[in-house]
Amino acid sequence: MRHIISVLIENEAGALSRVAGLFSARGYNIESLTVAVTEDDSLSRMTIITTGSDNIIEQINKQLNKLVDVVKVADISNGSHIERELMMVKIDAAEPEVKDELQRLADIFKGRIIDVSDNIYTVELTGEGEKLNSFLNAVDDKSIIETVRSGATGIARGKKALQV
Amino acid sequence: MKLSGAEIVIQSLKDEGVEFVFGYPGGAVLHIYDAIHNQSDVEHILVRHEQGATHAADGYARSTGKPGVVLVTSGPGATNAVTGIATAHLDSIPLVVITGQVTSAFIGSDAFQEVDSVGISRPCVKHNFLIKRVEDIAETMKKAFHIAMTGRPGPVVVDIPKDITDPNIKIDYEYPKDISIRSYNPTVQGNQKQIKKAVEMIIAAKRPMIYSGGGVVLSNASEELTAFTDRLGFPITQTLMGLGAYPACGKNYVGMLGMHGTYEANMAMHDCDTLIAIGARFDDRVTGDLEQFCPHAKIIHIDIDPSSIAKNVQVDVPIVGDVKHVLVDMSKELKLSKTTPDEKALASWWKQIKKWTAGNCLRYDKNSALIKPQFVVEELHKVTNGDAFVTSDVGQHQMFAAQFYGFNKPRRWINSGGLGTMGFGLPAAIGVQLAHREEMVACITGEASIQMCIQELSTALQYDLPIKVIMLNNRYMGMVRQWQEFFYESRYSQSYMEALPDFVKLTESYGHVGMRIEKPADVNSALTEAFAMKDKLVFMDFITDQTENVYPMIAAGKGHHEMHLQEECIPAQSSDRELA
Repeated sequence: MRHIISVLIENEAGALSRVAGLFSARGYNIESLTVAVTEDDSLSRMTIITTGSDNIIEQINKQLNKLVDVVKVADISNGSHIERELMMVKIDAAEPEVKDELQRLADIFKGRIIDVSDNIYTVELTGEGEKLNSFLNAVDDKSIIETVRSGATGIARGKKALQV
Repeated sequence: MKLSGAEIVIQSLKDEGVEFVFGYPGGAVLHIYDAIHNQSDVEHILVRHEQGATHAADGYARSTGKPGVVLVTSGPGATNAVTGIATAHLDSIPLVVITGQVTSAFIGSDAFQEVDSVGISRPCVKHNFLIKRVEDIAETMKKAFHIAMTGRPGPVVVDIPKDITDPNIKIDYEYPKDISIRSYNPTVQGNQKQIKKAVEMIIAAKRPMIYSGGGVVLSNASEELTAFTDRLGFPITQTLMGLGAYPACGKNYVGMLGMHGTYEANMAMHDCDTLIAIGARFDDRVTGDLEQFCPHAKIIHIDIDPSSIAKNVQVDVPIVGDVKHVLVDMSKELKLSKTTPDEKALASWWKQIKKWTAGNCLRYDKNSALIKPQFVVEELHKVTNGDAFVTSDVGQHQMFAAQFYGFNKPRRWINSGGLGTMGFGLPAAIGVQLAHREEMVACITGEASIQMCIQELSTALQYDLPIKVIMLNNRYMGMVRQWQEFFYESRYSQSYMEALPDFVKLTESYGHVGMRIEKPADVNSALTEAFAMKDKLVFMDFITDQTENVYPMIAAGKGHHEMHLQEECIPAQSSDRELA
């Protein structure tokens, strides 16, 4: 099962490597890991996408909590939540019909063309991973020059919040 | 008070009440060593290798319950310490290890004696710090001791760049009285509802079993455990790490469990209907095949570390908390309870256990013309009245010590259970003897293990430590040889110890007394003579039977009921055994 684990961690040097090291040392999967500072600059928030049996996920939660720098851990996929990922795709749009097609696709997927240089379009797209995959599938593989994805982040709906 | 960074390091140790620092100087810690030179409150113990420093601090910590402190230089100083740090980590022993680091400006430049100490130690510490400002030293030291000693204890590394300890930069010093770390709040009290549930389960048990581990020792809960067990009259087994918490001479004791545990302990584990795991972590050497582990039992698990619970074995009633507190609460709850365990069921359970015990699984040939290792350990027990601190290395001798010494008090049995570090015994004995100057300290070792840290004989001379080294010399890495005999058709690949030194002469050249004992009849008198030399380290080279194996044995991946016994010890299978 796929899980989205949110971690509040002290914003200190080495904190990220403690988490990454834990996953590799104990053989847990990491599909993606994102991290950035929160509104409280002493704290970073990490989102880890992982897969595993219930026992493994329970251990991941416990082992994360055991790290001295970790303030809080929540598996937000246990409840109602919103998940988003950012993607930027650079596409060769030298052919006029590709230009039109890209504009249409961007509209359909609620993306934006954020840069045009030398007949190369950069499309920005946000959404769940599946939506981003669908966009990539819709674009001709040969015209894709470069793709970058942020990895998923997520937040629980409603009152539930990961706070100190 | 204005102090330099180096002075703050030492003053922090004083304020923590540290008696000994085990260490070895080098470039990156020279400022700190200068600060050590100018005071006498904290005694520095100069080892001969940094691994020895960590093991000595570890032995000190295990035997006293206080944190062990280590000071080493950057680079090789730190890497040499890693084995000892990992040893402490796997057995949850509180250490504070101060490692020097190259000057801040040089970090990351592959400078002389530079390694990423924080990175290297990260997977084998409870926590670690790299100090970046002199103003942070005092608070970091306070945090280090706090983290090492609370919750599930463990080693903490504090890495200090040389410039931070500069004697010319002095700042105001005040050691924090308390510390609170928002991200670190170990649970101490057990959940009352869970405790109630556990007590109900205990009272309903027909074939109960107590399985206690190193957590009981770490929590100083020996008295509580003994009272709890004796009140219930339940059989109790202990892990290698838990020996002595319940006395080996206690009436409810059925011996150690696991790979080299007793037949009765392992069979009782297999057949029990209620298992009470106290401060134990279901290690693979204890459980054997997880699929076949305690197949009939409901399990209660008390542990301070939530991640220990349901890690290897699913349990019915988990209780997170300090063992001592939980046992006190459980005993209160037991007193309040109107019902008591079914005495008839318990009596018939004990009858079954006695049948298993009757096989005498630890039997060995007492008429052998060769010295049997078990015999040496039994004689050691006699000569020391079972009251010595016993450290050990790793292998057959370690198992013989665990099986035959019979520990009646906690913190007397000092061994590397989790990591299985050869070379642990002698330096650990140094730490133990320093902490207990008037007590008997024996290091049970083998001729292979002892050579991994034998240089510490020199340290023992420098500090007048009258350790008794009991070396069971079978000219083999005994446990490796045993596995090769059982599982590799006696192909003894690289396990024979050729070119051994003359240990008597070696010991003498280190300034101690050496003895070689070759006949069973001389064992007792030699031990008596050695222990009579109260101010001398005596190194005893016992030439033992090369072919002796450790029994019983559960092969890796087998169940508790699938023990390998010496042939003459296999008891008649009791067919009248009824299982629910």
